[in-house]
Amino acid sequence: MIKAILIFNNHGKPRLIRFYQYFAEDMQQQIIRETFHLVSKRDDNVCNFLEGGSLIGGSDYKLIYRHYATLYFVFCVDSSESELGILDLIQVFVETLDKCFENVCELDLIFHMDKVHYILQEVVMGGMVLETNMNEIIAQVEVQNRLEKSEVRPFLSSSKSFPLIYVFGFSQVSAIKYSLSVL
Amino acid sequence: MALKIVKGSIDRMFDKNLQDLVRGIRNHKEDEAKYISTCIDEIKQELKQDNIAVKANAVCKLTYLQMLGYDVSWAAFNIVEVMSSSKFTYKRIGYLAASQCFHESTDVIMLTTNQIRKDLSSPNQYDTGVALTGLSCFVTPDLARDLANDIMTLMSHTKPYIRKKAVLIMYKVFLKYPESLRPAFPRLKEKLEDPDPGVQSAAVNVICELARRNPKNYLSLAPLFFKLMTSSTNNWVLIKIIKLFGALTPLEPRLGKKLIEPLTNLIHSTSAMSLLYECVNTVIAVLISLSSGMPNHSASIQLCVQKLRILIEDSDQNLKYLGLLAMSKILKTHPKSVQSHKDLILQCLDDKDESIRLRALDLLYGMVSKKNLMEIVKKLMLHVDKAEGTTYRDELLTKIIDICSQSNYQYITNFEWYISILVELTRLEGTRHGHLIASQMLDVAIRVKAIRVFAVAQMATLLDNAHMLTGNTQRNGICEVLYAAAWICGEFSEHLENPMETLEAMLRPKVATLPGHIQAVYVQNAAKLFATVLKSQEGNTDSTTAQEASQLMIDRLPLFVQSANLEVQERASCILQLVKYIQKLQQKDVEVSEEVCALFAGELNPVAPKAQKKVPIPDGLDLDAWINEPPSESESEDEQPKAIFSKEEPKHSRPRHTEVDEKELARRREARKQEQANNPFYIKASPSSQKVYQETPGVEHIPVVQIDLSVPLKVPGLPMSDQYVKLEEERRQKERAEKKKKDKKKRKEKRSGRGKKHDSGPESEEDITPAHMVDIVTEEMPENALPSDDDERDPADPHKALDIDLDKPLADSEKLPVRSHRAAEVLKSPAEDEEGENVSSLEPKKKSSKEKREKKKDKDKDRKKSKEEKKKKKHKHEEKEEADLLCGQADEPAFQSEETNEVVTPPTSTSADEAATVAAAEAAPAPGAISVTTPDSEPEEPKDTEMEETKSSKHKKKKQKREKEDKEKKKKKKHHHHHHHHGDKGGEESVQNGTVEEEEPLPPMSNYCLLAENSYIKVMMEDADEAYDIQGNLQDGSQVVVSVIFENKCDSFLKSMEFNVLDSLNSKLQRPEGSGPHDSLTIPFQLPPGVSNEARFVFTVQSIIMPQKLKGTLTFIVKNEESSTHEKLDFKLHFTCTSYLITTPCYSDAFAKLLESGDLKSSSIRLEGVNMPFHHLLARICFHHHFSVVERIDSCASMYSRSIQGHHVCLLVKISSQTVSVDAKCDEPTLLGNVLDEIKQTFSQC
Repeated sequence: MIKAILIFNNHGKPRLIRFYQYFAEDMQQQIIRETFHLVSKRDDNVCNFLEGGSLIGGSDYKLIYRHYATLYFVFCVDSSESELGILDLIQVFVETLDKCFENVCELDLIFHMDKVHYILQEVVMGGMVLETNMNEIIAQVEVQNRLEKSEVRPFLSSSKSFPLIYVFGFSQVSAIKYSLSVL
Repeated sequence: MALKIVKGSIDRMFDKNLQDLVRGIRNHKEDEAKYISTCIDEIKQELKQDNIAVKANAVCKLTYLQMLGYDVSWAAFNIVEVMSSSKFTYKRIGYLAASQCFHESTDVIMLTTNQIRKDLSSPNQYDTGVALTGLSCFVTPDLARDLANDIMTLMSHTKPYIRKKAVLIMYKVFLKYPESLRPAFPRLKEKLEDPDPGVQSAAVNVICELARRNPKNYLSLAPLFFKLMTSSTNNWVLIKIIKLFGALTPLEPRLGKKLIEPLTNLIHSTSAMSLLYECVNTVIAVLISLSSGMPNHSASIQLCVQKLRILIEDSDQNLKYLGLLAMSKILKTHPKSVQSHKDLILQCLDDKDESIRLRALDLLYGMVSKKNLMEIVKKLMLHVDKAEGTTYRDELLTKIIDICSQSNYQYITNFEWYISILVELTRLEGTRHGHLIASQMLDVAIRVKAIRVFAVAQMATLLDNAHMLTGNTQRNGICEVLYAAAWICGEFSEHLENPMETLEAMLRPKVATLPGHIQAVYVQNAAKLFATVLKSQEGNTDSTTAQEASQLMIDRLPLFVQSANLEVQERASCILQLVKYIQKLQQKDVEVSEEVCALFAGELNPVAPKAQKKVPIPDGLDLDAWINEPPSESESEDEQPKAIFSKEEPKHSRPRHTEVDEKELARRREARKQEQANNPFYIKASPSSQKVYQETPGVEHIPVVQIDLSVPLKVPGLPMSDQYVKLEEERRQKERAEKKKKDKKKRKEKRSGRGKKHDSGPESEEDITPAHMVDIVTEEMPENALPSDDDERDPADPHKALDIDLDKPLADSEKLPVRSHRAAEVLKSPAEDEEGENVSSLEPKKKSSKEKREKKKDKDKDRKKSKEEKKKKKHKHEEKEEADLLCGQADEPAFQSEETNEVVTPPTSTSADEAATVAAAEAAPAPGAISVTTPDSEPEEPKDTEMEETKSSKHKKKKQKREKEDKEKKKKKKHHHHHHHHGDKGGEESVQNGTVEEEEPLPPMSNYCLLAENSYIKVMMEDADEAYDIQGNLQDGSQVVVSVIFENKCDSFLKSMEFNVLDSLNSKLQRPEGSGPHDSLTIPFQLPPGVSNEARFVFTVQSIIMPQKLKGTLTFIVKNEESSTHEKLDFKLHFTCTSYLITTPCYSDAFAKLLESGDLKSSSIRLEGVNMPFHHLLARICFHHHFSVVERIDSCASMYSRSIQGHHVCLLVKISSQTVSVDAKCDEPTLLGNVLDEIKQTFSQC
């Protein structure tokens, strides 16, 4: 099970939080701070697993994270999840974001938190992995977006009008390598 | 241009969307909080508007603010509103907000049941999807129970998108509503072989989660998973399955044996590291489970270790980390194969990555031997010195101690070295583990007798330099070691070189700044030291030292007498008075040392931490029984809180034997020795160590005792353990040399041919002898101690409830609550509310319902006896299913047993009759078909009321929607909530009050009766099941709710169902506002083949004293691939007078008053030839006629019920032989007459 998914930037500002177990708001913020504190002091060339995080879960839980340019994607999972599988899942998620937002950058996440949530909902549901096939995820997201467009007055659907400041460095990012072709 | 800007800003003012909010927050970095609070005010305004788009926008913004840490639960109701929007866009926003901020105690959740149900059955799959996703985040036990059946239906949805979501969410439903697991499991199992890989993966996911917590229940699925493992190519699925096998193998070693081969093949063939890693992990698990049985799997171990080595050597830090992690699992059972990779692991200790170092540390634990312990610890101590963060340093510290102390200090050859290491560790500032070091010091000093001299000297130095440890007492956990130091110095003070000095060190004023429990130990042990000083001065003619000691005590102790800490204060004042007395005696030149020493005499034995727990309870001792009369309430309040006294491990404070004289002590000691001699758990002190202890000559192999200790002792805080490493090396060399000599001698003597024996080559483990013949005293355990540690599971673990045997065939009682209801008996009139108030608390209710369910299961057998009531056919099916489940076969027949109540073999048109019989067996009024119905073994009773409540809210809601007045809506809902509450309590109350003690199992009963049926559809109704008055809604009428089950019997789709009833003057069907009196009601669902669903209709009734009959029609469209036809079905609704009665508990005193009042008219009937047990009879009346038992005496019982219009109905039921007489009283004779007729009718049928 995945207990929580946190996305925050290099300064610890949350960009998306998704807890699959109830925590009060202040506790959530505390967890974000603690997680940021743990993760941010790690070099980029160390492993992506982290034990601890006293607030969230006990010894059965691990933090599995990836760092892309300005953003940290942190998954808190228990021992029923494959560590390498989750690393690949994060990659799937990020690549999906990249496809859905066309060259995703932190600003996309900042201004479209709701959309990021909708994409995440197609990947993980209630703490369990729902879909790992990127094409399937994108297809479902797009159908729903079209559905939304057909319903809502056009001026509410926002277009991308802000400059791309922090583009993800996808060249540095390792590809989905642990589970290869099947993804 | 300017105009544009103005227009834009106006727009923004009125309609700030999420992007504008974010932008605004970013532009107000300095006064963010203030800006957000104005935004929240705006949002509140927006939420008040009628426009759903505006509301949705506001809710969307709230979701963002929630992420920033703002509590938005105040908008929960608005979120529900947005959720119920008909537009997908807004619905999605609502559900997202709900999933982010709803939780179990959000009270509006209970309003969402119907909305969610509607969304789940929406024709738009994305509405369903969004609802499922949202629900997965905030599902509560109530929602789980109410929606379990709907979700289960969705597991067979045509769209894989919905199927996979429905399958996944079932796990959450199981967690919240464990009763749903067994009925839903067959379908879940079926989904393991779904054609869609996503659905299959979801099913694997859910079962793996379930099996991980309660593996034994899923062993029967092993063959199926085995098949999947060998056939699937989806790595995600494979990973999960392989992980699952890892959890199953410990329970079934035979499975493990089968797994080895395919797993080995996968390891060789796969290129996906994640899969490889999981395979290795599971092979390890298999090997562990096999390790006891057959050790001959070295090839597999070699393969694993070899693959892991490749991972560890990889430049990818992630693989390195996981390799080490898996290695540590092998270590436990096959340490030898890991030890050969020591080089690699030691290398990892120097890795720059802390996570990897930590993992390597774990492995080190299993790598140490007598030979390399010192070397490894030395390396670790270097790491300790340069460790940057305290977390890692603390981890190192605990690891050092773990490694050294493992299996009774097995690998320590030189305890002086170990004590030095511990002393060195005290130099760590800010560590949390002071107490750990302290307990090690205590443990070693107590259990290794030979080391006491050395330990005491070291501890004395520590005490003398206490200021170095207490720099900043508050944060510094390290001062805990002073606790140990003081105790060791006091307890073993006879070994102190200069007790006076130590005594002085222990009584320094600075000590008063230490934590209380340490001060207490200081005070107590100062007294011990004092005794030692007196003893050492015994016989000395010059008594100045002794008197100095007394004076010192008298001077310094008053400081402690003033301590705020009770323990310190008490001990200090006690000892102070004692010393004063001693001083008096000293002045008279009386020898006191003997007596003072007797205070602290006695040997101390280490006791195992669990010893107390393991003392077996003697036969006939009941620990829970009161010894004396239980104390009154007030006494217990006066009790002092215990915590003040026993805060810190009292186990180290020794018992005082003050009143025991020397002789008695000697006698006891003798007795104890005798006892120890007979105790197999007690390792006796070896004579040689005893000698060391007494410093008698003749033990040449202990040169170490003579080392010049002055250097390390005088310079505390400098590394000194190193020299022991060197010394140890020398000692070993010397020993080896000696041995060689001996060997040579032997060889010379023997002159045998086998010359080269031990000569060269590395020394083996056994060759290293410890420097001391340490006698490690094992911990004492009580005799007859029970050996096993029973690891009890945390009772709060939610997964515990899911420990359910899935192979057992389903019982009728376990059906999911389809929208089936009866149980008007649980409703209670508001007038009686206060009476029942104090009874209900959730937990006992749950428990009792569970217990009842257990009983129910037991009763199943009995129920089966009543075969004549069941159709044989059904029975066959049941057996068949049982067989299927037992052999764990994958291919289940299409038939789904009766518990699902909806997947019925779809009849072909020719065999409609046959199908009808099946259906009848399933849900017709025949007993045992529809879910449990006996009032006294009724687990679902309270729940059902609740559901009824929510259901009826549907009707209300429809109206409210039309009204579109939020406030009023809210109010009504609140009222509704209120109502619901009562219903709940009433449910319990009625069970309690109306319970007939169980003498014999009750036959199952149902209130559903067949309304009408044709080859397409079957309509059943509960005989106007539930009635209640809605206050304020109708002035002079009452409402009756009728639940009707529609069951699709054909293999076509039924849609556009419309329900209509011809109103009579007295009874009218409630129709939506604006529709005419003859318009029909559209049923809000469609029926796929084999599915049944329930709808509820509200009728308004004027007079309730007479039974009513209403004619009605159901029209529907039958649609199959080729054609669609319009069909019609007529029926008659029968409202009995019984249906206007509400089960209302009544207490006997109130009942008596009622009878005395004289307002009631009486009437009576006699029933002949009733041959059923009395309690069955009562149960039947309770169940079918909504009565509750007030009192029962032998074969006579009084019963009570109340009509929706407040008529009291009282019964006195007597039985003699086969004749039952019912005397009844009621304030409305017509009603009474009709009710009695109906009762008669009920019993004439059976």
